[in-house]
Amino acid sequence: MSEAPEVTRRLSWRRLYSSRPVAVTIFALVLGLFVGALVIVTTTAAVLTSWRHVFSSPTSIGHAIKITADTVGAAYRAMFTGSILSPGQFWHSVTTGQGWEQTATPLSETLTYATPLIITSIGVGIAFQTGLFNIGANGQAVLGGVLGAMVGSMLHMPMFLHLPLTLACGFLGGALAGLVPGLLKAYTGAHEVIVTIMFNYVIYAFLLFSVLSTPFQLPGQQNDISRTIDPSAQLPPLFGVASGLRVNYGIVVAALVVLFAWWFLERSSLGFDFRVTGANPTAARASGINAKVVIVLVFLISGGLSGLAGIVQAASTTHYIDGGFLIGNAGIGFTAITVALLGRNRPGGIVWSSLLFAALGVGGRSMQATTGIPLDLASVIQSAIVLFVATPVLVKEIFRLRTAPVATLELATKGWGS
Amino acid sequence: MRLELRGITKRFGSFTANDRIDLSVEPGQIHSLLGENGAGKSTLMNVLFGLLHPDEGEIVIDGEPVRFHDSGDAVRRGIGMVHQHFMLVPVFTVAENVVLGFEPTKSFNRVDYKKATEDIRRLSHQFNLEVDPAARVEELPVGLQQRVEILKALSRDAELLILDEPTAVLTPQEIDALMEIMRSLAAAGKSILFITHKLKEVKAVADVITVIRQGRVIGSAEASASESDLASMMVGREVELTVDKSAFAPGESVFQVRDLVVRNDRGLIAVNGVSLDVRAGEILALAGVQGNGQTELVEAIAGMRPIESGTITLDGQDITNHSPRKVLDAGLGHIPEDRQRDGLVLSLSVADNLVLNTPRRAPFAARGTRNLGAVRENAERLVHDFDIRTTSIDEAVGSLSGGNQQKVIVARELSRPLRVLMASQPTRGLDVGSIEYVHRQIVSHRNQGNAALIVSSELDEVMALGDRIAVMFDGRIMGVVEPSASREEIGLLMAGSQVSGE
Repeated sequence: MSEAPEVTRRLSWRRLYSSRPVAVTIFALVLGLFVGALVIVTTTAAVLTSWRHVFSSPTSIGHAIKITADTVGAAYRAMFTGSILSPGQFWHSVTTGQGWEQTATPLSETLTYATPLIITSIGVGIAFQTGLFNIGANGQAVLGGVLGAMVGSMLHMPMFLHLPLTLACGFLGGALAGLVPGLLKAYTGAHEVIVTIMFNYVIYAFLLFSVLSTPFQLPGQQNDISRTIDPSAQLPPLFGVASGLRVNYGIVVAALVVLFAWWFLERSSLGFDFRVTGANPTAARASGINAKVVIVLVFLISGGLSGLAGIVQAASTTHYIDGGFLIGNAGIGFTAITVALLGRNRPGGIVWSSLLFAALGVGGRSMQATTGIPLDLASVIQSAIVLFVATPVLVKEIFRLRTAPVATLELATKGWGS
Repeated sequence: MRLELRGITKRFGSFTANDRIDLSVEPGQIHSLLGENGAGKSTLMNVLFGLLHPDEGEIVIDGEPVRFHDSGDAVRRGIGMVHQHFMLVPVFTVAENVVLGFEPTKSFNRVDYKKATEDIRRLSHQFNLEVDPAARVEELPVGLQQRVEILKALSRDAELLILDEPTAVLTPQEIDALMEIMRSLAAAGKSILFITHKLKEVKAVADVITVIRQGRVIGSAEASASESDLASMMVGREVELTVDKSAFAPGESVFQVRDLVVRNDRGLIAVNGVSLDVRAGEILALAGVQGNGQTELVEAIAGMRPIESGTITLDGQDITNHSPRKVLDAGLGHIPEDRQRDGLVLSLSVADNLVLNTPRRAPFAARGTRNLGAVRENAERLVHDFDIRTTSIDEAVGSLSGGNQQKVIVARELSRPLRVLMASQPTRGLDVGSIEYVHRQIVSHRNQGNAALIVSSELDEVMALGDRIAVMFDGRIMGVVEPSASREEIGLLMAGSQVSGE
């Protein structure tokens, strides 16, 4: 009698992120776009005016529907062409053999934006799989960026040394930032959510301090801006500077991280310890897994990956960091939490969800430029998708999906309980 | 109040937690409900308190059948319950806690704390339950918190008090004080239903004793019944268990526990100077009513609970206060009491659970990378050898039946090199077939010249498996007897009386 409710409880938790993950995610995407369309319709003056006319002259309903469809269509078309491919531009390239750079630009932007997001989300996802909430990924990314940029801008050596060293220091910076909450959690029981959130602010303050301090600040500047990272420590564009495409070797780093994460979680002994600890801490302990060591290692790896993402961002696109590095727009480390959950904390899933979020963000900018609909709509859609993914029961009700068998259910993350 | 339960039956799915239970409590009577953990005591009390609805049977109060839809109904009919885990708000004062939900109010719906405080003083005085109404509950010792719970029930005019394992969390002095309170409440005409598995307390305070086991009333007894009779009523089992064992040929001692002292989660001494010796080719069975320190002893040996003093030696190697990893590697196999909490990861596959505590051992891993081929091969072999019923080795262990889950643990432990197998309640909740199977495995482990320490509160299991039987009571070993000893003799030890007198 005492056993049955325990099983039910665990399974019901799993239902949260449950069955037929791919199907639910795709339907959540559809619903998210629908919610976005509702927002567009209710906030665009032209659409509202056309519907107001319907009250005085009912025959104009056709016109109103057309305006509505056009507005929504134009917004989503701009989003698609801005983030993936413009069919017209593509046709132009195919027929004339020219302008391939312009054709590839949207995809290049999406990949550029996705690169650090993938790396950070993998780090957050590994922590989730171990049952730990790493809300400090943003601070870890910032510290990784600072440390990496210091090495990249203040030391000078040939590229084959400089670039790996810069990336390694980025990882190290993030790992250091993760180590503190890890140690506090493991040895004092402090809740990692609180500690990581608070530690973010310590790091933001350190960032500002560092870019205003003489050795790191750009010489001759009063502003909060750092020296430029040496070309020998930069991640060069994949297709050369001349192509104008920003997609860079950071994507190679991200691919390696994804491969590592897959091996780590699915094949490595330590990853097995992590998953056992995440799924059942007491059984982990009884099986001889040292929970304290696991917690510290999780935060080292999770933090390190966030830090790597920070330096990849700095070394590939801006080549310097400033006082607002990664802090605006809620920060990459916070986006990574939703991305990891959307990708069910699996490396493969995270790649797809990062690409989706990147495409929505990049496409949102192009939508704003061409249709005047604010970029924030992208955030609305992103949030709506995550909400629907987190409530699969609702999605299943709406689309009348059949419930998947219990055996295929799986756990994305546990509760806040430590 | 005169309370009668007639034929109460409560089922959870196919499991019958209460099977046609009859019980009656007279005014001013202390009625003790005695039974092991999982016997169905708490279910019965939850039915009586309106938290669960009986499938059959009725509750009769003062000759009138009643139906409770929720606990509010039960409270209105004069039933009060003191839960094992207190339902108090730690940051509120005693007065605030007592009136919570039934606050006396002044004008504008303000809570009248003055009246609340006075009411509590009056009640405290009347029933000898001294406690400061202005004290914050979190700052009170557990014994006083319990008084607050009792006051809470009394302030709602309870005529019948249900005390669910009230002594589990108390120190001996607090227990004595509680007994006094119970007596004075009974003297004031209140009826008390006292739920426990501790024989001594029952003997000390109860007027009438009802023993339940596996959801059924096994019998009732007067307070004058002997403790050994009560003990065998509690843990006895009709099904006769016999295990074929080869002749007992013990080798030298491979596992020693010396003067072990261990504290429980509440910081009280749970294991109080225990010494044990287990020889090669021997099964030492540790008997005892649950809650007498066996759980803490097992956890301490497994490296999961700090040892205050004393030593544990395995094969000449000191493993006192070693980490679980080192203890496992030293050759201790552990079949934990709570298999779903300590023994398995329910969401992982059968194959992964079969290497749960040996994931790094050859051939399951090399240079930090798991060899999934070897893990699968191992799983295929063990599933076959140990007859684990699963559709596939990739199935999550959580979807297996309890018996097959236990087989996964037994298979895992017995398939790695062991010197000593320690099994805690190895057959709890299993069907007869699985019980036999697990017993055979333990005996064949012993027949191969290995040592085993079996902790069980099932008397029959202890007597069937043990080459020697040690009996634990109140954190101490009361005596070690041969399996030929009579049930009465063991029962007496389980009840805490030393064989050769004190």
